[in-house]
Amino acid sequence: MKHSISLGLLLAILWWCLSGYPKPLLLGLGAASVVFTLWFAHRLDVVDHESHPVHISGALLAYWGRLTVEILRSSAQVIGTILSPKPAIAPYFLRVKVGQPSDLGKVILGNSITLTPGTVTVLVNGDELLVHALSPVSGEGVSQGDLDRLIPADCERQA
Amino acid sequence: MMLADVISAGLLGVGAAMLVIGSLGINRFPHFYSRLHAAGVVDTIASGLFLAGLAVHFGPGLVTIKLLLIFIFLLFTSPTACHALARAAYSSGLREPESEDER
Amino acid sequence: MLFVIAIAVLVAMALALLRAFLGPTVFDRILAVNSFGTKTVLLIALLAEASGRGDYLDLALLYALLNFIGTVALLRYTEQEPRRQGQP
Repeated sequence: MKHSISLGLLLAILWWCLSGYPKPLLLGLGAASVVFTLWFAHRLDVVDHESHPVHISGALLAYWGRLTVEILRSSAQVIGTILSPKPAIAPYFLRVKVGQPSDLGKVILGNSITLTPGTVTVLVNGDELLVHALSPVSGEGVSQGDLDRLIPADCERQA
Repeated sequence: MMLADVISAGLLGVGAAMLVIGSLGINRFPHFYSRLHAAGVVDTIASGLFLAGLAVHFGPGLVTIKLLLIFIFLLFTSPTACHALARAAYSSGLREPESEDER
Repeated sequence: MLFVIAIAVLVAMALALLRAFLGPTVFDRILAVNSFGTKTVLLIALLAEASGRGDYLDLALLYALLNFIGTVALLRYTEQEPRRQGQP
């Protein structure tokens, strides 16, 4: 129930942001589509803690900050590689063990690695990630598990 | 010229330069997996700078919220598309030609 | 100023198209088309500023959605081997 209410609120805010006209007809259409989407999501059975993680919103903000710094640092590196007259790249695949117990933690880690220029998550296999790195410099941080340690530990404690 | 305009033009200019650099990388890097990394620069940094520049121009309001929505959407879909591409290429048997060893 | 930036974006799009034509594997082409789509979104957003109409941003948002779904749909066609059991 908690998740349905927060999803409904989110949808209503989204409608308001995209439309922005306080006319009765448009507001009515918006309310109808919010109700329809909620009913649809319930039929699909996708409203749960995983599709709609209300409980971790606060803890993730600090993580996003660190991730932004990481992205800026490594994209400067990749841009330097692209612009150098002879790109010195040594691409390779590496396997890393994931410390995250939950599926959500693994997804966050995999997406963060892909989002950072220079490394891409290729496969997720149990608690092992197959990562492709542009050069040993880019892959170093991933193999040492820098981002892994930063993800909030209580990702999925309360469901 | 107002200060906001200068900041906006600066952000847009840097973002556009990043776009060109990223596309240059897609053409310069030798194999598929390394090209993937060049496209990553475009998606994350360049679109962020570009949309920030537009947000400075439009100022606070509904339009800025829309720009933020576009940015959040790109932020969530671009790694997903990138990962789907890498996974599809890997599972169809595409490998790096010169570095077969998996360190 | 906006004119110069628009030209830069168009140059980037042309470079992405070049890779889409040259790309040896089908994945290179899909990558190039996906990147082309991202730049289209940014170009439409730029058009919104140049014409002073925020409404164009709705088109940019819609194009971002279509671009993602199109990429994933294209990738479905490249899957040849049946998916192994037990793999997520």
